[in-house]
This record gives sequence, structure tokens and C-alpha cells, in this order.
Amino acid sequence: MIEKLMNIDRRIVFILVALAVIIPSLLSVSFPITVSEPTRNTYDYIEAMPAGSTLMIGFNYGPSSFAELHPMAKAVIQHCFEKKIQVIGMTLLAEGATLGDQMLKSVAEETGAVYGEDYVYLGFRPGATQVLLGMGTAIDSVYEADYAKTPLAEIPMMANIKNYEQIDLVLDLASGSSTEWWVIYTNTRYNQQIAAGVTGVIVSQMYPYLQTRQLIGLMPGLLGAAEYEKLIEKPAKGTEGMSIQSFAHLLVVGLVILGNIAFFIQHRQSE
Amino acid sequence: MWELIGIWVAALLTLCIYSFLYRDNPFYRFAEHLFVGVSVGYGIVLTIHQGFIPFAWRPLEKAFMQQEWIGLWRLIPIGIGALFFTRLVPTHAWLIRYPIAILIGVGSGLAIPNVMRADIFQQVHGTLAPFAQMHAGELGPFQIFGAILMLIGVVSTLTYFFFSVEHRGVVGGVSKIGIVFLMIGFGSAFGNTVMGRVSLLIQRVDFLLADWLHLI
Repeated sequence: MIEKLMNIDRRIVFILVALAVIIPSLLSVSFPITVSEPTRNTYDYIEAMPAGSTLMIGFNYGPSSFAELHPMAKAVIQHCFEKKIQVIGMTLLAEGATLGDQMLKSVAEETGAVYGEDYVYLGFRPGATQVLLGMGTAIDSVYEADYAKTPLAEIPMMANIKNYEQIDLVLDLASGSSTEWWVIYTNTRYNQQIAAGVTGVIVSQMYPYLQTRQLIGLMPGLLGAAEYEKLIEKPAKGTEGMSIQSFAHLLVVGLVILGNIAFFIQHRQSE
Repeated sequence: MWELIGIWVAALLTLCIYSFLYRDNPFYRFAEHLFVGVSVGYGIVLTIHQGFIPFAWRPLEKAFMQQEWIGLWRLIPIGIGALFFTRLVPTHAWLIRYPIAILIGVGSGLAIPNVMRADIFQQVHGTLAPFAQMHAGELGPFQIFGAILMLIGVVSTLTYFFFSVEHRGVVGGVSKIGIVFLMIGFGSAFGNTVMGRVSLLIQRVDFLLADWLHLI
């Protein structure tokens, strides 16, 4: 029995994980979500920004990470548009260019936000370091036109936004190293306030920046999205996903415990 | 119509990718190669449109077509950048050293002072600042415990990576405490990675059940 358990076909584990996700998806179960302090700090900071303030969002993720970061982007943009906070979207990652454009357009459609007045999408420029440093001097030195090739000089919202001095908060939605770049080049050099929403894989690396307040807030993966959705009282994909996630986590924890018990029994038997 | 075709293509490619969980097969390899090809192609086209055209082509076009000669200074960085292609001509391949040297020099010059401030000075400050607050009586018991724990974690973990002294006696004991902190860190990273990977599966299952099969 123990021998069988130790040599279980990994495909059985895959099937169990698939079932742990598919069954709760079909049954639409839901679990309560408690909000962590780093996510609340992000929400509180944005909530305290007056109407007409400016938030810059970096859509620094590709399709392979959009499951975690897209719901987060949606929740934050909804919050901003409701509070009449101006949003500037941009990306340091080529794959993120279309995702950012689609997300801003879809939330603008839902909320009635107007392009050029409530939000602007700058798109992608290669050379992350130069882009971040260049925007500190003049945004139009890096982006002379937006994603749709409209010159920034012709966009009403950008008339008074020249560089980081007119941006109240940068929110970096990242699946890679971009949050570190923002901290190193933008927070350190220009004292720009930065918050981050990152994938679960890299969230542990971000906590040192949170502790030193180089990041004012941090949203961890799908959980961060669910927490933010709770704070703005608009449950969506993040909330649904986290309820399903709980089943998968229970299964993983169960398998880890079972594997360890089997290992120790086998170890004792061999002794 | 196009949306429907897109959903079917995405659903079938998703199944092709997940078929790898059973074993390696041609469907998986087809989807993998397609993904890599599309990603690279998309990245190149976007870099041309969002990088090369606005920063190199258009200023030169303006310079020659509208006599805005100031744009001609761009020929200097363009020329230096073009030296990367000398790699393709073996007899002139040595010229690639110049753009690489400039790139490394500028990159290091920009990075080193900022990285030192952000990742070393600020982190040291963040580790020690709570003790000043403790001295001023601004911290509660739980925060004092946290500050001491963090200092022990930083010192013991750094000791583990200090290889100039043999890890025996006191140094060995402290480095063992460092291993405990490292293990907790790896455990946290693993837990978050599981959460991240399951999130991707949930999104794909949601797409297959809702958008493709209309079951939810």
C-alpha cells in the first residue's frame, strides 16, 4: 500500500487537480475572502486620491500571466474611473501592449469613461530603463504619440501631465522584473510613489520593498484581485477564482501531508 | 463568426498544450512551436512599430523630407546600433565590441548608483529603522518582536552566504539558523507559486467551460 502510494502515477495527481478545479467551477461555490494589509494599503491610497489625480498603470505581463493580473487591472481601473481618477496605461513588455489596450477599452465601455479625458493608453516602447528614466524628464520624449499614434500634444488629458511630478501613483502589474525596475529607477531617483500587483511566483521577492515602503502597497496574484474586488464591492473573476483555488490548495496540502506520512512510514520500515 | 473561430482555435490549442500531461506528443509540440513563433513574430513587429519607426525612421524621414536637419543626429546611435550586425560578417565581427561596450557602460552607469540605493542602503535602513522607533517607544510588543526577528533573519542568512570563514562553532550555528530562514522563504515562494499556477489552470478551465462549452 505504502509502496503504491510512493510510486503513484503522476497523471493521477493531474486528474485529481483537474477535478478539484472543474467540479467547484461547475457548482459555483464561494468562500469568504479576508483582505490583507498590503492590498488594503493600495486601495486606501487610491481611495484617498482626489478626483482629477493621475494613476499610471504598467501592464507588464503577457498572455501567460493574464489569468492572475487581468482581474486585478480591471478592479483597479473600475475604482479609478468611478472616482474620476485619470488613468495612463503603458507597458514595458511587447506582449502586454494589446492586453492593456483591451482592458482599458472594455472598462471604459462599462463605466462610460472617455478616451483622452479620463484615460490614455501609451502602449509599448522598447528599452525599459530608458523608458522609465525618460518619463521622469518628459513623457513625450519617450511617447511622442499614444498607442493609436495620436500625438500627445493633441490629447486634452496630457496637456498638464509632463512627467512623474504630475503622476500621483504608479501601479505596476508585473509578471517579471518590472516592479524592481520601477523601484530602482523611478522610486529611488524621482521619489515616485509605487504600488504593485504581481503574480504569485514573484510576490515573495517584493516583500522587502513593501517593508521599506519603497512600495506603498502590494497585491499578490489572483488573491490580490479577489481582495480588491471585495474592497470595491464588485466580485468578479478574482473572487470566483479564489473560491475554486481553495479546493485545489486543500488537495495540494492533503497530497503533501499524505506523501510525507508515506515517506516516514517507508523510512521507518526500511530501518 | 470570427470570435467563434477564435474561441475554437484557443480551446483546441489549450487542449493540445494540456495533452503533454499525459505524455509528449505531436499536438503538444505543434502548439508549443506555434506559440513560440507567434510570440517572437509579434514582438519583432511591435518593436519595429513602437521602437524603430518612431525613434529612428521617422526623425530621419523628417530630416530629409522636411529639411528638419536636427533629426540627423540620430544617425550616430543608429550607426552604433547597426554595428551589432557586423557579427554576420566574420572579417568585421570585431566591430560589435563598440556597441556592446557602450551598452554595458551606460547600463552599469545607470544601474549601479540606483541599485545600491534601492537594494542595499534602503534595505539596511529598513532593517535598522524599527530599532530607532523602538528606542523612541513607538513600537508595540508584536512590532518589537518582528523587528528583532527580521534582524536575526538578515544576519543569520548573510552569515550562511559568508564563505570566507569555515562554518563551525558560532558561525556554523548562526548559519544553521540562516538555513531555517531560507527554508521558510523557499516555502513561501513555493506556496505562492502553487497559487499562481493553479490560477492559470482556473482561468483556462473557466474559458473552456464558459466560453467554449457554455456549461457555466
